[in-house]
Amino acid sequence: MNSFGFALAATIEDALRESGGDVKYVAGGTTLIDLMKLNVETPVKIVDINRLPLKEIARTPDGGLRIGALARNSDVAHHRDVERDYPMLSEALLSGASGQLRNMASTAGNLLQRTRCVYFRDTAYACNKRLPGSGCSAIGGFNRNLAILGTSEHCIASNPSDQNVALAALEATVQIASAHGERNVAVGELFLVPGDTPDRETVLEPGELVTSVTLPPPAPGSKSVYLKLRDRASYEFALASAAVAATVTGRAFERVRIAMGGIGTKPWRSAEAEAALEGMPATVESFERAAQAIVREARPQPGNEFKVELAKRCLIHALRLVTGTDQQEYA
Amino acid sequence: MRSMTAASLGNKYAMSSQVVVSNAGGTLGRSNGTGPPMAVHVAFTVSGQPIELAVDPRATLLDTLRETLGLTGTKKGCDHGQCGACTVHVNGRRVNSCLTFAAMHDGDTIVSVEGLGTPDALHPMQAAFLEHDGYQCGYCTPGQLMSATALLNEPCGPSDADVAECMSGNICRCGAYQNIVAAIQSVRQRPA
Repeated sequence: MNSFGFALAATIEDALRESGGDVKYVAGGTTLIDLMKLNVETPVKIVDINRLPLKEIARTPDGGLRIGALARNSDVAHHRDVERDYPMLSEALLSGASGQLRNMASTAGNLLQRTRCVYFRDTAYACNKRLPGSGCSAIGGFNRNLAILGTSEHCIASNPSDQNVALAALEATVQIASAHGERNVAVGELFLVPGDTPDRETVLEPGELVTSVTLPPPAPGSKSVYLKLRDRASYEFALASAAVAATVTGRAFERVRIAMGGIGTKPWRSAEAEAALEGMPATVESFERAAQAIVREARPQPGNEFKVELAKRCLIHALRLVTGTDQQEYA
Repeated sequence: MRSMTAASLGNKYAMSSQVVVSNAGGTLGRSNGTGPPMAVHVAFTVSGQPIELAVDPRATLLDTLRETLGLTGTKKGCDHGQCGACTVHVNGRRVNSCLTFAAMHDGDTIVSVEGLGTPDALHPMQAAFLEHDGYQCGYCTPGQLMSATALLNEPCGPSDADVAECMSGNICRCGAYQNIVAAIQSVRQRPA
């Protein structure tokens, strides 16, 4: 590992003063330190932000929930208000990583975690995300776990987070501090698709610090589910996952929010799939139309072509679970 | 604070309590590759013993425990947070000691497998692993024990499947999983 400097930030102002350039904030360390060992991340200095007062999980005046950037994944997953009002987020967090990693990983660290593309993680290979202009070894390579949506000819890396899929369906906003003040960014606006700049993954600027993630008040009467499909039953990233929140009045969808993981270069919220359901009856026909809508623009590789069908089945099954529609009803 | 020498923890090579972690490259951490060598002063407790050290920022908690303090009970498996062999407790919670720098632990309370029990007074979980044959080669066992003991205070469901899920961050290449789950369940089901 390359040498680097170390600073302990006592206040947010301290952290912002230390930031910029090739300086990295470290919280849980589960992504950053892993990638530093692989020489994929080579900061000149790391700023330990674990002492900052950003661990709190608290209601907002409008009935939402603000989750501090340093709240650990295990604390968020088991928080009473999250379990009661945003169970999808709890399910998503508990479906990811291991007990040890969830104790370490922070909310903002999970938000910004890097792809698991094997070529990104190995400096022996070309990777436009790690080294812009070097090429993409994943296109035509091993890409079983990579994206079919939002890809470009330069990058097909998938966003590996489960948390982020739930945050996208919950329409969370991210609070960001910098030397110039604070700003709010909707989770849906935070992530960038790779295009010709796969090294730019979010709209965050150097020196900015995520301070919290805020969930809007829970939608009345809404039911939700997080369904994750993967190669082994635990401690594995998603091949496809679906976060669905739905309010069904009578037998028709009144409000639906859909985001999928494992298939996109960013947490994949689908307004098209939502539109295919809103106002429609909760039947297999409408579920299938939503599933068709979400993969309409899919550009799979030979190694992950199965994900087109898997994603559809994942969403249909999630919709079945969230609406309590049993098999017979639409057989 | 009473400081403790690394030597008294079993590292015969350590000469003083102010131990600077050596590194393969032979140079200590530099703030930007050109500045003066950098060492970070930290004080924490390991299994109840106060420790003060000057560490290279690159030293993981795992390497600091093993190489600097001579506490080799904690094992290095994958060194990337995927196997769980390095699991220790930090402030009462289980973590992968390979994915955290020692410099980040000033003031923390760390417990490694050395702090769990002694040969004469085993922790109930250690006794249960013996009773249920919860290992073959034993390399993953310290990590399994640290996860298993932490799990006693976590919201883990009652079934064997719940325990298997909660323990999925600890890999056992020998495949002693069934016996590990049986050992953990025997401790959980014991009347308090």
